[in-house]
Amino acid sequence: MKIVAVTSCPTGIAHTYMAAEALERAAKAAGHDIVVETQGSAGSETASAEDIGAADVLILAADAAVREPERFAGLPRVEVKVAEAINRAGEVVTRAEQAAHAAPAAAAPAAGTATAASAEGPGEPAGDAPATSSKGGAVRRWLMTGVSYMIPFVAAGGILIALAFAIGGAVEVTEVSVYDEFSVGALLFEIGGMAFSMLVPILAGFIAYAMADRPGIAPGVVGGLLANEIGAGFLGGIAAGLLAGAIVMALKKIAVPAGFRGIMPVLVYPLLGTFAVGAIMILLIGEPIAAVTDGLTGALEDMQGTNAVLLGVILGLMMAFDMGGPINKVAYTFGLAALEAGQFAPMGAVMAAGMTPPLGLALATVLAKRRYTPPEREAGKAAWLMGASFITEGAIPFAAADPLRVIPAIMAGSAVAGGLAMAFNTTLQAPHGGIFVVGLVGNWPLYLLAIAVGTVVTALLVNLLKRVGATTADVVAKTPAEEPVHA
Amino acid sequence: MNLTIDDITSEALVTLDLDSTDRWAAIDELADLLQADGRVTDKDAFVRAVRQREETGGTGMEMGIAIPHGKSAGVAKPSVAFGRSPTGVDFGAGDDTPADLVFLIAAPEGESDLHITLLSRLARKLVHDEFRDALRSAATPADVIHIIREEVTL
Repeated sequence: MKIVAVTSCPTGIAHTYMAAEALERAAKAAGHDIVVETQGSAGSETASAEDIGAADVLILAADAAVREPERFAGLPRVEVKVAEAINRAGEVVTRAEQAAHAAPAAAAPAAGTATAASAEGPGEPAGDAPATSSKGGAVRRWLMTGVSYMIPFVAAGGILIALAFAIGGAVEVTEVSVYDEFSVGALLFEIGGMAFSMLVPILAGFIAYAMADRPGIAPGVVGGLLANEIGAGFLGGIAAGLLAGAIVMALKKIAVPAGFRGIMPVLVYPLLGTFAVGAIMILLIGEPIAAVTDGLTGALEDMQGTNAVLLGVILGLMMAFDMGGPINKVAYTFGLAALEAGQFAPMGAVMAAGMTPPLGLALATVLAKRRYTPPEREAGKAAWLMGASFITEGAIPFAAADPLRVIPAIMAGSAVAGGLAMAFNTTLQAPHGGIFVVGLVGNWPLYLLAIAVGTVVTALLVNLLKRVGATTADVVAKTPAEEPVHA
Repeated sequence: MNLTIDDITSEALVTLDLDSTDRWAAIDELADLLQADGRVTDKDAFVRAVRQREETGGTGMEMGIAIPHGKSAGVAKPSVAFGRSPTGVDFGAGDDTPADLVFLIAAPEGESDLHITLLSRLARKLVHDEFRDALRSAATPADVIHIIREEVTL
């Protein structure tokens, strides 16, 4: 078993190191590999991204705040007081073994491909999944790291935009730039929008950081910016981040003479990585996205005037699939074009379908708390407000952390909401706004019903899917507080 | 720079007969040694820092050791004083084991350096049974310094 541990105490002079030594000795005695990060004053021995990626379990022996805890997101863990790690290191290591075994799901791929990934489980081979279970666990950790850095941007941007809608009017704030004419609403909207423009770059940059450490950040961020540029959305950002991380990890494997080693992480890896990721995003990903966008736009136009409910369902599926990505944009643009042409039903379906992903996930975190990490639960609180304001991005942290479970669930909920909105003959005469434009909705009680049903469908389905592979988002083997702090 | 254990401690900072039987008195007794050696310039400020650290959680461990420590502007250079107590002193270990090996670590404010690294190496060694046993059977302060010099290096 591979263990990664962090030791940390208030002054960082003595006990940090005693705990590190005790854990190292106990782990070795039990036949495990261990890397201890000492967050003390005497220079820090740091666990690298590779160490963390390869680890099966995390031991936190900390009486002081752990620095950069995001790096360890998704690892099963044992948390103890420093004194406990020093006095009873052997027991702590045993508990870590148990936590690692109790949490096969945390080491399971987000792809949901792992069945019984635990070491002693019956171990059915996981279909045609190319990744081994520990590889899959690593991917989940990389995604979780990216998501944990992205969440503050989602929360700040989303809440600012919702406030802008509430104060300045949902339609008005999008029409007049704060630089042309000052208003508080337009100011909030501009700032919130700027925060949102960083979602994908931050997601991509920190996925790459989780994989390849600091040299991964520049290729990842630039890949994420290009994902924005070519309209690839957050799925494009995930692709860019994974690509950037993989490229830099590969570059690091190339042996170089000692004299060059200093410049590799600050110059060579970022330079080559950024170029390679950028070229791939523009040349290999940009073109197909444009083609798909054109094709889908044509297909939607052909559907107009045929079956309204089916159109609503399809718009719903598209809205939720990539939330701000190319497919979503096609659906939204279609609703907008219909609105401008005087047909108000498709926009209604589009907005309902764009509100249910955050609302449904917010509800899901309330219904099944333990399936979500603490940062996800916080994101869930902000998602209520964002969903209500038709800020679909509120669902991105959840989708990016666990795409193969979350995206199908939110698509289903949005399809229901979109289909019902059309079936109920509801209309919407505004392009934005969520509950703030409910006055512009025709047949609004049934419209709210459509959203409510879609929300519940999303929440129930996502929690059901989260059970596949029995994943609890983050298995925490917490210490019973047996030792009070000594005075 | 060849930093050795002699840069952070000396025979003058070792007592094998710690008189104090209470935690605060023991800290005071060892702090006196540091001050007499010129390593601590403002004993009150230093002891205050040590007390603050003790109050966030006792530094006594169940293996009979305690490492009270403090970071303070009243410290001239990173140092450690060692006292061996015939009776043991309660340093708030989880199981109430009294500490018979007490290390008082003094660190100056500000950037950390190799001295601190050396002190952290000493802390690591204390987890080893053999090291503690050797300290318990040392006959003179010179023996103590010798043991530490052998075991603790950068």
